[in-house]
Amino acid sequence: MAVNNNAMLIRRELITHIARLLIEDKLVDKIDRIPLVMRPRNNPSVRCCIHKDRAVLKYKLMGMLGFNIQDEVDELTPLSEYARQAINRKGATDVVLTVIDEACSSCRKSSYAVTNFCRGCVARPCMVNCPKNAITFSEGRAKIDYDLCVNCGKCMNVCPFNAIVYMPVPCEEACPVGAISKNENGVEQIDFSKCIFCGKCLAACPFGAIVEKSNLVDIFRNKREGKKLVALIAPAIAGQFGVDLARIINSFKLIGFDYVYEVAHGAEVTTRFEAKELEERLNQGDKFMTTSCCPAYTSLVEKHIKELMPYVSHTKTPLYYTAEDVHEKHPDACIVFVSPCPAKRWEVFHNPYVDYALSFEEYGAWLVAAKIDLNNIEPAILDDIPAAEMRGFAASGGVTKAVKALADGLVINEMLVNGIDRSTIRQLKTLVKSSNNNFIEVMTCEGGCIGGCNVVSNPKVALKQLNEAINSASSITQKIS
Amino acid sequence: MDKKVEIVICSGTLCYLMGGADLQLLFEHLPADLKDRVSIKGSPCLGLCDLPENGKPPFVLINGRSVSQASIQTLIDEIQSELGL
Repeated sequence: MAVNNNAMLIRRELITHIARLLIEDKLVDKIDRIPLVMRPRNNPSVRCCIHKDRAVLKYKLMGMLGFNIQDEVDELTPLSEYARQAINRKGATDVVLTVIDEACSSCRKSSYAVTNFCRGCVARPCMVNCPKNAITFSEGRAKIDYDLCVNCGKCMNVCPFNAIVYMPVPCEEACPVGAISKNENGVEQIDFSKCIFCGKCLAACPFGAIVEKSNLVDIFRNKREGKKLVALIAPAIAGQFGVDLARIINSFKLIGFDYVYEVAHGAEVTTRFEAKELEERLNQGDKFMTTSCCPAYTSLVEKHIKELMPYVSHTKTPLYYTAEDVHEKHPDACIVFVSPCPAKRWEVFHNPYVDYALSFEEYGAWLVAAKIDLNNIEPAILDDIPAAEMRGFAASGGVTKAVKALADGLVINEMLVNGIDRSTIRQLKTLVKSSNNNFIEVMTCEGGCIGGCNVVSNPKVALKQLNEAINSASSITQKIS
Repeated sequence: MDKKVEIVICSGTLCYLMGGADLQLLFEHLPADLKDRVSIKGSPCLGLCDLPENGKPPFVLINGRSVSQASIQTLIDEIQSELGL
């Protein structure tokens, strides 16, 4: 998320430390010092004491080295040991999010609570309106019997003093699919049979207890082993750092990548197939087709809205086609997708041509660690600029625009699902019966990929910058003619 | 008209990553009465991040004075105090 909060800043600071040590080739020697450097003695702590702060930082680093926190066997295992294992490992798992039980503050189960503002009034609408008789009065104040309460919220709505409040569990509230819930110790756990890897919990947790596993170590290992590094950059990156795309592209060369490709090139293949597929399906009598480029959305359909499966386009994502092409050009290289969200990281794991994901945040941290200021570098000279519409895939409505540009003569009556939450999921569930549109574009994040949970820029700022990248390219229709 | 408050927002990559990206929206968030009393500029790295005693990013200069860990709200407060409001 671009929204400024400390949990997010701590995460970026930690990644920058890791990147710096990787560049200096001192990860194993110095990683155990990071928590001490960030929380030096005699400084105020955020949690109960400085030792807990440091312990939580240690677990965050363990996650960022690519380990599941739950896999810890011995609490005394130092980070240096995890770093050694990470540097020597060959593979990873597709579990991209991990919960730090030490950091999870075990928020109270979401519920309604009576505050000090209760005046113990005569009207007592809370008691009168409670359908379960869960409210009684003692010592001049309302009391909720939690064995009877069903969390309906009526008492809160009728209290004339606003004395009853709702206390949410932020991660559970943010998860659109009910995949995160408390275990017997009150600590949150992710059910990966339900999780769609959208990362909304990661952005929502005020304690930063959810960590996205990183592949930074693996990317550096491949570089050190002499492999060529190839960056496939997501279209959304154009809006991220307040500089033009050509400078961003050049920066990848400066931090050690050998080749850089815009995934917008693959978007053209996606668009062509998708436009053709839409025409075929509509001719066949299908009522509508939905897009398939957002992996959190396709996971959502597979896991939670099975009835929609026949309507999801079979066309693969822009990343897939780009990677297929790049893999052919550089069969022995290490191919890295530069990504706006954990769902794409999950997609990367399941893609045979892409080795690792590098989030926008991790890329930014790498630049900082390498002391590269994007404002002060030369722009790359771009010889193969993708079409404007393809760069537009990064924002909500962009896929539709591209498909419209290539679907000759087809009347497209689109619906844009711009961000997924519980209510849009309910809406999606009714689509099969009630859709009035023939093309449904679904983006899990509000605003599209520029609103992904690894973005650096505020989506509003990002959209302006993205539009500059779009306007500097020619339209696909001009490219054809 | 009085002299405008001069605001220079560091857009160096470090500041940008550590929350400076959001400061690009400062003008939009300014109360109406302040909008024509400030001049806002971006700048490549101001070099303030080199010394720990300068504090933490993102950095902003207000009439030449550096503000660390700047946010839209702290900047509005700083502008008001600079104008004696």
